[in-house]
Amino acid sequence: MSNAELPRRADEHGVPDPFPQMHPTLKANYGDWAWHDRPRPGVLHHMAHSGDEIWTVRAGTQRQMDLGTIRKLCELADKYADGHMRFTTRSNAEFMCTAADKTGPLIEELNAAGFPVGGTGNSLSMISHTQGWLHCDIPGTDASGVVKSLMDELHHEFTHEEMPNRVRMTTSCCQINCGGQGDIAINVQYTKPPKINHDLVANVCERPSVVARCPVAAIRPAVVNGKPSLEVDEKKCICCGACYPPCPPMQINGPDSTKIAVWVGGKHSNARSKPTFHKLVAANLPNNAPRWPEVADVVKRIFYAYKEDGRAWERMGEWIERIGWARFFEMTDLAFTKHQIDDWRGARNSLNASAHLHF
Amino acid sequence: MTKKTHDTPLLDELKSGPWPSFVEGLERLATDEEKPGADMMKDLLGQLEHSYEERRGFWKGGTVSVFGYGGGVIPRFSEVAEDYPESSEFHTLRIIPPAGMHYSTKLLRDMCDIWEEHGSGLIALHGQSGDIMFQGCTSDNVQPAFDALNKIGLDMGGAGPALRTSMNCVGSARCEQSCYDEVRTHRMIINGLLDEMHRPALPYKFKFKFSGCPNDCVNAIHRADMAVIGTWRDDMQVDQERVKEHVTKVGRKQMIDTVIAMCPTRALSLHDDDTLDIDNKSCVRCMHCINVMPKALSPGKDRGVTILMGGKRSLKIGDQMGTVIHPFLKLETDEDYETLMEFAEDCVDFFAENALEHERIGETIDRIGLANFLDALDVPVDPNMVNHPRTSSYVRTDDWDVEAAKWFEHKKATAK
Repeated sequence: MSNAELPRRADEHGVPDPFPQMHPTLKANYGDWAWHDRPRPGVLHHMAHSGDEIWTVRAGTQRQMDLGTIRKLCELADKYADGHMRFTTRSNAEFMCTAADKTGPLIEELNAAGFPVGGTGNSLSMISHTQGWLHCDIPGTDASGVVKSLMDELHHEFTHEEMPNRVRMTTSCCQINCGGQGDIAINVQYTKPPKINHDLVANVCERPSVVARCPVAAIRPAVVNGKPSLEVDEKKCICCGACYPPCPPMQINGPDSTKIAVWVGGKHSNARSKPTFHKLVAANLPNNAPRWPEVADVVKRIFYAYKEDGRAWERMGEWIERIGWARFFEMTDLAFTKHQIDDWRGARNSLNASAHLHF
Repeated sequence: MTKKTHDTPLLDELKSGPWPSFVEGLERLATDEEKPGADMMKDLLGQLEHSYEERRGFWKGGTVSVFGYGGGVIPRFSEVAEDYPESSEFHTLRIIPPAGMHYSTKLLRDMCDIWEEHGSGLIALHGQSGDIMFQGCTSDNVQPAFDALNKIGLDMGGAGPALRTSMNCVGSARCEQSCYDEVRTHRMIINGLLDEMHRPALPYKFKFKFSGCPNDCVNAIHRADMAVIGTWRDDMQVDQERVKEHVTKVGRKQMIDTVIAMCPTRALSLHDDDTLDIDNKSCVRCMHCINVMPKALSPGKDRGVTILMGGKRSLKIGDQMGTVIHPFLKLETDEDYETLMEFAEDCVDFFAENALEHERIGETIDRIGLANFLDALDVPVDPNMVNHPRTSSYVRTDDWDVEAAKWFEHKKATAK
């Protein structure tokens, strides 16, 4: 091949410099902000030591955006925010306005275009969102549909600041948990061992690495119908699905296997208590597309019990720590089963080695 | 002839309701007949409806890349391409956004124009690792799409066993609680290690995340192999007049219930004149009181970062959080930044040389023990690394005096 036919060699820019992209007031006061307050839900007001002020309007989006949606956001950023905007880690769009009186008309236009304004302070922010059926190669469910359905149901809690503290929800379409930890997490939980297509294993899978992937050493090489394949010790199998990505013929998804679990009490922040993991409170819920009503019912029971009973500034997990798990299961009418007693690494640390009890 | 759209009764149910609907967006792309991506989006909607019916995904991976790079493209080939031929190839380009996810509308519009010409028109802002995800590209269009994005200053992000795209919080750009320059630190570390992103050669993924304070708005402790969290080591700053204003506004009971009583180390007390009594030596920099009273309280002036390592998701030993490796590194002078950069490089090198295949650094540290990891990286032990000293007596201690001497020597060397 001659040089002329070689593809273009990339300029390795790496992480782009954000300063040319940043709103001029943010750039001018970088590292020199004094304090902030929140004039209304969805609006942050920051004061710099220089005396400069900025009003940020936060709007929810669908994350998976078509060009029309992004161009509409650009149009509003040009009109109200000097041609700049940013996104939060939870896919909320933020518009920085240099005057308080720009926020009202901007909010009206955002609402008219279908973007809810909120997600600030002690409210529910956008649910963190993985890829699901739209693009993932191993998904048990569709993140976009679950998120859309739940955010429709909890829309009021995004646009108002009525919760004891912020609520961060997450979804994950398999047990790898790409969505991360949340106050409430809605995650796929498999309930059956993989179904193996023995005709394909030898050609598709690197068998030793599949054996190595199993967290409980339940997979071993085997010859099935005269062909090299793998077999699963179903008594040991914990149905985690870890063998499926490196070996797609070990199909973990299926109507009798792909169920949904709900977890509560995860927290990233170090405020008050140390960061925590979420804990299992419901499982075996049906993967009921397109609206997942059974999941929404469980989530809302937890959400509103916390809203009702949580004290100011208590996060979900801190609320439960105060009232105790017995009362949590009572208030939410959810079951506590033997499956919620941990038996994984470090499990003993989760057992109650005291006479501290809730009745 | 115009390609027919598939019936999508299940997806249609996701068009109602107050939250923005991704289905409406997909349909807008599918029905914009002028645009090259329209037919692809028609079949994409058809396949997605099929997933909603069958309740499973129909994508498989493969190998697609751009010239000179070994990663960053997520290949997706349809398993049901005979029914949905136009979306049989639906690859994603992971592209690194400007640090802090700031955009001019010019950059966003340029991105849209490029994706209109070369892709489906579907863009996720942003993926869980922090990439812009340009979704829906044929194999043939991956190189021209990337070339066009690269020409406007954007670059490929990470995928596979490699350094991954990172994130920082809004930080110094708009937050008074920021304790370091997140943009400078993020760009220094990722751009300094860029080869590990573009030419994957690590045992498994390696993620950095940068949060300006312990509120950890980018979830670094849970999600990053190395979390860089802003903090301070002197006294927090107090404006007692504003404390009094806060007490007047909310009342003494609420002040006690939501600030004083919620301090995790009982470091706060309210004076009789409604000013705050702060035991700074007992404060653990949790941020709670500062969050409640951002006008009255702020972080101290002697600022820097805490480094935690080993955070990861479930595969394969279960979720893990990062734990403290450096309680405090000053980040002020160029030398301070160089020290952090060298440490980051040393950690990635150690990972490359010592981790088993498909093992995250947190699992490596677990396997060899934190003490051995610290030894290898030449990091002195510190009580801030543990919740409490060991409780098991099953340990050999015959070189205790040598180790104790190291402790006192280090203490002397770092005394202010």
